[in-house]
Amino acid sequence: MAKKKTIRSIPQARTPMPEQAPEVRVHNFEEVACGYRLEDALNEAQRCLDCADQPCVRGCPVSINIPGFIMKIAANNFHGAYDTITDTNLLPSVCGRVCPQENQCEGVCTVGESLEPVAIGRLERFIGDMAIAQGWANIPYIERHRFKVGIVGSGPAGMACAADMAKAGCEVIVFEAFHEPGGVLKYGIPDFRLPNSVVDVEIEKLTRLGIKFECNTLVGRLFTIEQMLTEMGFHAVFVGTGAGYPTFMGIPGESLGGVLSANEWLTRCNLMRGRDFPNFDTPLQPGKRVAVIGAGNTAMDAMRVALRVGAEKVHCVYRRSATEAPARAEEIHHAQQEGIDFQWLTAPLELIGDDANNVRAMRCIRMQLGEPDASGRRRPEVVPGSEFEIETDMVVFAIGTNANPILGQTSGLKLDKRGYIATDENLATSIAGVFAGGDIVTGAATVIQAMGAGRKAARGMKAWLGLRDSDSVYQPASDDPASRLFGIDRRERNYARVRLASA
Amino acid sequence: MSDFEIVTRQDFSDVTYLLEIRHPLMARAAKPGQFVIVMEHEHGERIPLTIADFDRDKGTITLVIQAVGKTTREMQQNCQVGTHLFAMVGPMGIPSHLGKAKKVICVGGGLGVAPVYPQARAYKQAGAYVIGVLGFRNKGLIFWEDKFRAVCDELIVCTDDGSAGIKGLVTEGIRQAIEKHPDIDEVVAIGPPIMMKGCSDATRAHGIKTMVSLNPVMVDGTGMCGGCRVKIGETIKFACVDGPDFDGHQVDFDDLMKRLGRYKPTEKAALEVFNESCRIRNAAPTDPAAPHTHEH
Repeated sequence: MAKKKTIRSIPQARTPMPEQAPEVRVHNFEEVACGYRLEDALNEAQRCLDCADQPCVRGCPVSINIPGFIMKIAANNFHGAYDTITDTNLLPSVCGRVCPQENQCEGVCTVGESLEPVAIGRLERFIGDMAIAQGWANIPYIERHRFKVGIVGSGPAGMACAADMAKAGCEVIVFEAFHEPGGVLKYGIPDFRLPNSVVDVEIEKLTRLGIKFECNTLVGRLFTIEQMLTEMGFHAVFVGTGAGYPTFMGIPGESLGGVLSANEWLTRCNLMRGRDFPNFDTPLQPGKRVAVIGAGNTAMDAMRVALRVGAEKVHCVYRRSATEAPARAEEIHHAQQEGIDFQWLTAPLELIGDDANNVRAMRCIRMQLGEPDASGRRRPEVVPGSEFEIETDMVVFAIGTNANPILGQTSGLKLDKRGYIATDENLATSIAGVFAGGDIVTGAATVIQAMGAGRKAARGMKAWLGLRDSDSVYQPASDDPASRLFGIDRRERNYARVRLASA
Repeated sequence: MSDFEIVTRQDFSDVTYLLEIRHPLMARAAKPGQFVIVMEHEHGERIPLTIADFDRDKGTITLVIQAVGKTTREMQQNCQVGTHLFAMVGPMGIPSHLGKAKKVICVGGGLGVAPVYPQARAYKQAGAYVIGVLGFRNKGLIFWEDKFRAVCDELIVCTDDGSAGIKGLVTEGIRQAIEKHPDIDEVVAIGPPIMMKGCSDATRAHGIKTMVSLNPVMVDGTGMCGGCRVKIGETIKFACVDGPDFDGHQVDFDDLMKRLGRYKPTEKAALEVFNESCRIRNAAPTDPAAPHTHEH
């Protein structure tokens, strides 16, 4: 038997990932990080201690057996590694790229206590990309039953829920309002971080599970959630519509030309391919001197897209300091490498227009950090008399989103006081059979959190439909007589539908 | 759901055309005041178009389109009966609220004539006295006069040059209607922003509730991009999910008109490229053996 690895015996340094040089990549939409080669992956796999504690598995929102798949890489069993990952995660190529691993699996890695943590995300991506290149797809044998599940929204939450329900034998139809499935993976995250071709491959895998995608379908307006249950024959519905509805600050000048939300900017560029205008018809009108307000991942994407479509100068304007910035460290690092000018501790006051009513400058004020606020972050306070102007011809707001109102307007779903869909701990909503998860429940979060929510909702949905699930075979028996008919739990629907005959 | 087949086409003039698209589910769901977003082909842009009519029995949605930019001209060339749109999504937006109004004026200017029709019809069906005021540049551009006559108790046609009906803008028609009927409860106005602004100004002094339908720049039409934000009183609303109908007396039309101009330079460039490619294609000798070239 091989000698047990110790922190001293493993390769000490984290295997770097080949990257495009900043001066080259700012002129293209190819991926920044090129992915591990075989020797990189084998070397990095040696760094996992296969420790008994496995904190990484707990750190993963979908509980991938991380040491399990890394050990298989180390043993040159790549298809085995793919099998291990796809037990719990259908989209390794996506998650390996866009998960904030430093706050999840890698953030709690045992190796990380003394050295740099194992590059779990890079290894996951390596396996996912190898599966795409080799054409591997794990399609489990699925025994179909008669349950039909509708999924509203084809983003990461919807995709994850759809996959689990399809594997559980349901007929699954995913509805998408855009003309292509993928949600934020397509319209939001730019190709240099997650190529749309990778998303397409992952969606193709879902269709091989029998999942149908219906695009150009605005649920709520074309038909309602209630109609899905009562007229269209769906036994359960999952709502994963995302947060939508971008926020602005309410400062003067926001309706000037050249002022837009990050969602609009990214959608025009990524999904609608405005960057290839006039071969694609959507106009982009990119700025030369761009100011992006906010410092989350979306802000980083917006800035780096601006550089790639020809901006000469791109500023990041954020009212707190770099420490509080919500973006992943790696994204900020990449943005810095590419020459983004970070104006930390700076708040916009007003956007100033020219004669043609286009934005020409942003008046700002410097901030300093005071006492911690409700979020635990130090509250930014104005530095009196520190106003200054940034010359800019395009301003992008990347300061978050509010709840999309369409389903609230068109269904009886109970909303919370912020307008998001209210759910219980199993992500069940106020309408029986309807579950919800992702940004439309929590507000803006990450791709993997949305996928985790989609899978959690699928568990709740399976329990509700009476389908056996390895995690929750049965809900605890209820004492409430109202939940039982003829002494049988209403939720137990495997063999007979229990329902009072109508008079 | 639907393959967006075009089942009827009608040309009202050399710039205005009607398309009827098969989409039974949407025809069932559509209500007056709602709109769709259309993509003509895979590389196309998403353009919002107000639903001009819907036929639940035939299962069709009717759009009336004016060929002004690259996309709408390309559609004018390519969208023939039997062809398919690449995408059409909707019905979007909050349906028009048909109040308890007993006497209404339904104003349509130019292309706005089409989408005001379902509202006029709905009011007529609800038992209201409906006065139609339709504005066109000249007699040659008039369409749907018969359809309106069938649902209006009175119809006032206005042309800029006086070649039909009364000479003048729709605001003149509104003035005459208000003069004759002091008991008008509501005005519905759909058309270019400058016209809706004029209508709102014309009714403000009389205190008549005036609803307008806004059609600003949009991408997704589901509240996600915020491109369609408009100033309504002191607040910002998104026309796609908070509208498209708003109280005309609250709308900041100047702001709306400025925002509509944002993509004009690029749109103009796109149109020039398109016209040039049409010119080349038309000038080229028609050789059926030659490979067919597209601009995309």
